[in-house]
Amino acid sequence: MDIRKIKKLIELLEESDIEELEIKEGDDSVRICRRRQEAPMVQPTFVAAAPAPSTPAEINPTSSTTSAAENELNGHAIRSPMVGTYYSAPSPSAPSFIEVGQTIKAGDVICIVEAMKMMNQIEADKSGTVSAILIENGQPVEFDQPLITLV
Amino acid sequence: MIEKVLIANRGEIALRILRACKELGIQTVAVHSKVDRDLMHVRMADEAVCIGPDSPAESYLNIPAIIAAAEVTDSVAIHPGYGFLAENADFAEQVEKSGFTFIGPPHDVIRLMGNKVSAIKAMAKAGVPTVPGSNGPVTNNNDRTLAIAHKIGYPIMIKAASGGGGRGMRAVHSEAALLNSIQLTQSEAKAAFGDGTVYLEKFLDKPRHVEVQVLADGQGNAIHLGDRDCSLQRRHQKVLEEAPAPNIDEYARQTVYEACTKACIDIGYKGAGTFEFLYQDNKFYFIEMNTRVQVEHPVSEMISGIDIVKEQLRIASGLPLSVSQKDISFSGHAIECRINAEDPKTFIPSPGTVKHFHIPGGYGVRVDSHLFSGYKVPPYYDSLIGKLITHGEDRESALNRMKVALDELVIDGIKTNVPLHRKLVRDAGFRHEEFTIHYLEELIKN
Repeated sequence: MDIRKIKKLIELLEESDIEELEIKEGDDSVRICRRRQEAPMVQPTFVAAAPAPSTPAEINPTSSTTSAAENELNGHAIRSPMVGTYYSAPSPSAPSFIEVGQTIKAGDVICIVEAMKMMNQIEADKSGTVSAILIENGQPVEFDQPLITLV
Repeated sequence: MIEKVLIANRGEIALRILRACKELGIQTVAVHSKVDRDLMHVRMADEAVCIGPDSPAESYLNIPAIIAAAEVTDSVAIHPGYGFLAENADFAEQVEKSGFTFIGPPHDVIRLMGNKVSAIKAMAKAGVPTVPGSNGPVTNNNDRTLAIAHKIGYPIMIKAASGGGGRGMRAVHSEAALLNSIQLTQSEAKAAFGDGTVYLEKFLDKPRHVEVQVLADGQGNAIHLGDRDCSLQRRHQKVLEEAPAPNIDEYARQTVYEACTKACIDIGYKGAGTFEFLYQDNKFYFIEMNTRVQVEHPVSEMISGIDIVKEQLRIASGLPLSVSQKDISFSGHAIECRINAEDPKTFIPSPGTVKHFHIPGGYGVRVDSHLFSGYKVPPYYDSLIGKLITHGEDRESALNRMKVALDELVIDGIKTNVPLHRKLVRDAGFRHEEFTIHYLEELIKN
């Protein structure tokens, strides 16, 4: 499920009186809830659990949201080595570290992941051309979550 | 009530905590290692965050990753479960410093009880009976050490101050072996715990392991939920536990209950905790305090009717205890069998896929397990895969119920210690309450 689709869903939620929206597309599922005065929270790549476990018996481990999304990854994915908040630029006013289409070398800083008030520069582990940036500025990321893809 | 709890653990206890949170309407965040993505509680949690690769050091022991996960999910409190970081005072301190509530006692109390020497001093001060011993660390003064040992009388147990749970201990039977054994234990302790401090205690030759469950709300209320007998151990790991402890001198029991609840108030305890004792010749001897919820907490729940994990959540929310001591009445007898993924004879761990999992049921039968048919038991963590608990109106009926439940239990595809448990519930010595902490190992040997 790509980020543009999710953004569209958020816009729909904001424009309506809907409190909570859950969409299933094959193995992907997204739940968007309106909480108090805050902007709707989205947890697409975290395990979005259904209200009750739908499979009491056999559970196929490959049907998790992440591996389904991974089938759509185009090229080599650089994954987050830690939990934190993703920032695409060194500061809010600065330009982004990388753009789609840019050629980068192994060791180049691609983003910052911030945790516990510490900014950690994340470096590319391979050289290549950026084919996609998968995370939005300010979005939380978990360990091993794909950040960008290189071809 | 706190609004959102991050569960910093895995397996059966994570599921236990998740259930209590759901009952109280608390939002849940499950942090997990890569391989644990399909754990039962992860799938049922409101949010899940992968915090690291499979190794415990990089995931469940990874303090920055856990706190970062709490930050990105806007969690309010963190429940550490048992094991992992549950009794890590630094973790508790960092959690609080980062603006979250640690579900457990204050970090300085964890530190006090984590050092066995200071814990014993604090307990003795509060009037809790302790094992005759050196009442402090062993020093470089060998004459002093020999004199203390002589006073205690052989055999003597050398224990690491930073040890606990059976680790960092050595028995000495004569004066000739004392000083060398102390040196050995000190180097081992330094290597294992980073602290070579040791102390001496009288070695009790036929004790039972009896412990007291307490709850304190940090608002001046402390209660006990009775005692448990956990004598059936193999290599200091509990295998089967029961509540109440059978055949205890009633006066000694009531006296130790009072001492434990008083000690909670004296040290400023908050949350669930357990005072562990060796019980011999109708006397209790304090050995250590566990400042967390324990694996065997269900047996105390069954006889007291109190949900210990829910109380932990209430206490952490700033609420007082939901009951007072006089509201609690103990009823019947409960037994718990720890089900491990291991060979029942060699005890070698047996990870792998559980092809078929079928649990027993019926009146007085409880199963706390994260297993499901198709679940893959990973090799990276401890082998506990579930707890089978039975409750009956007395010990005999709880044992009989356990016999039936064990026969119904099916865990197909991996080896488990269920055959050992089936033997234990039929064992004459165990059924007739004639056992000590050495009983199980002797039974296994023969």
